[in-house]
Amino acid sequence: MAVTDKAARRHRWDTRFAPYGYVAPYFLLFGVFGLFPLLYTIWVSLQHRNLLDEGGASLVWFDNYARLLADPYFWNAMGNTMSLWLLTTVPQILFALGIAALLNRKVRTRTLFRMGVILPNITSVAAVTIIFAQLFGRDFGLINWVLDLFGGGHVDWQAGTATSHVAIAVMVVWRWTGYHALIFLASMQAISPSLYEAATLDGASGWQQFWRITVPLLRPQIIFSTIIATTGNMRLLAEPLLFNPGAAAATGGSDRQFQTAALYLYEQGFTNYDFGYSSAIAVVLAIATVIVAGLGYLVTKRIQTE
Amino acid sequence: MTAVLDPPAPVRRPAGPAVRARRLARRVAGPWTYAALIAVLAGSAFPVYWSFVVSSQTPDAIDRVPPVLVPGGHLFANIARVFDTTDFALALTNSIVVAGTVTVSVVFFSTLAGFAFAKLKFRGRNVLLLLIIATQAIPTELGIIPLYLMMSEFGWAGQIHAVIVPGLVTAFGVFFMRQYFERAIPDELLEAGRMDGCHSLRLFWHVALPAARPAAAVLGLFTFMQAWNDFFWPLVVLVPENPTVQTALSTLASGYTTDYTLVLTAATIGTVPVLAVFLLFGRQIVGGIMSGAVKG
Repeated sequence: MAVTDKAARRHRWDTRFAPYGYVAPYFLLFGVFGLFPLLYTIWVSLQHRNLLDEGGASLVWFDNYARLLADPYFWNAMGNTMSLWLLTTVPQILFALGIAALLNRKVRTRTLFRMGVILPNITSVAAVTIIFAQLFGRDFGLINWVLDLFGGGHVDWQAGTATSHVAIAVMVVWRWTGYHALIFLASMQAISPSLYEAATLDGASGWQQFWRITVPLLRPQIIFSTIIATTGNMRLLAEPLLFNPGAAAATGGSDRQFQTAALYLYEQGFTNYDFGYSSAIAVVLAIATVIVAGLGYLVTKRIQTE
Repeated sequence: MTAVLDPPAPVRRPAGPAVRARRLARRVAGPWTYAALIAVLAGSAFPVYWSFVVSSQTPDAIDRVPPVLVPGGHLFANIARVFDTTDFALALTNSIVVAGTVTVSVVFFSTLAGFAFAKLKFRGRNVLLLLIIATQAIPTELGIIPLYLMMSEFGWAGQIHAVIVPGLVTAFGVFFMRQYFERAIPDELLEAGRMDGCHSLRLFWHVALPAARPAAAVLGLFTFMQAWNDFFWPLVVLVPENPTVQTALSTLASGYTTDYTLVLTAATIGTVPVLAVFLLFGRQIVGGIMSGAVKG
């Protein structure tokens, strides 16, 4: 009797409490090193907290935010962030759709091509940015050399706002397009071939079929990719930081022409050690990201099925 | 997950009347499709290839017009220079320790929690799962200031466990493994195990863990590559004297030297481990992404 009683108790303990033990390591570690810092950012953003000041931290409520709204460098960084968001997100999605459509045909050596498009995504952002910074070099850069062949002038890519944004956007688009293309390809393969067959019999061209059948049916994936791309592209840091590495890298160019909000956060936090102000930037950037992602959702949601 | 193991066979359709229409209907790639795909392939591979070319040339080759586009014979001389002039050996060791520890930990804890979420019943399970899904969308980098303050408080700033510990679990990993277990293990199997008096930990060890292998491998690949390539947090919390490969690259490029052949050789060396993983397991990586293994 005692044995079965003990076994029953053990069984009850096992079914009732053991599962919490299995999920506990995740919640413990995430709580301490993920969620807590995230929430604590809001608290730090309400403080004057500079590592270089002797006084330590003091609560100043919304002073950091007031300062932020009047800070031209912050607005410059937000403007650059928005410009880069547009220049990266839209081409990423469009190119990814095109590449996925190519890969969706019956292709020989398809594993090779699929691996090829995802290759940029697995390379490190630091290494790739350093490589691209050389390719975009003013005097000996390969891209200027190619432009020269076609009669283009020598572009000083880092110097201008537009040119530096284009160069950075190229790096981001290069790195992420293949990833989205594979997401789209997976859904394209689920589309019934009979739809295309019927359209072909009706005389629709490949181009028409793409826009009228493929794209509308991919709406959920396009929405998903737009949101994922937005959250990534709103916090670009490594690309602008390493595009012009050096002592003043955190300013994103001599005139801050390619300083993103994430880079300004880094500059305030880890070159000026102004943690309160830097946290306020983090909070505003998070809110801006949610708004822009919502905007992206509203736009992509409008894709209609015929 | 089946997409990882055996991609679906191409569907053959009956031919239409005209050749072009038939090709369109059967979705067979024409010459233009191949040309476009080869161009995409070339564009994808070029920057990495070019970095390799520069790494194998003498330092003056990078400034030559027209540019040098074929590998030379100086690769090992340049690699030797990288290891002589910087402590790149330490950076590589650190990166291997960080990426290795993080990968083992993420795979283990994700499998454990994913199993519980998929196959065990407990109060609050759905709420906790929803919490995990929600946190996946939050960029945790935004908490970087408090995280740095914490690490300074612990006295970990500048040391690699400051990089390892926050990476030990990911919401994505738990969710990914949970999705896999949902389909991979029939409930009857676990019921039978229960009848035989198996403790849930034994069920996990003898039933779930062996069944999880394919998904755990994909998760491990992604986690390793992500940990190896991680840049922002190591840059913030580490010091140049104790770098990972990525922060060492950043330091090297930041005016430590104007010898860009040296910098690009370091970049090439730093890319080799992920490239090796990619060449060995490319199929699984492609399959993982196509089956929804998001790694935003």
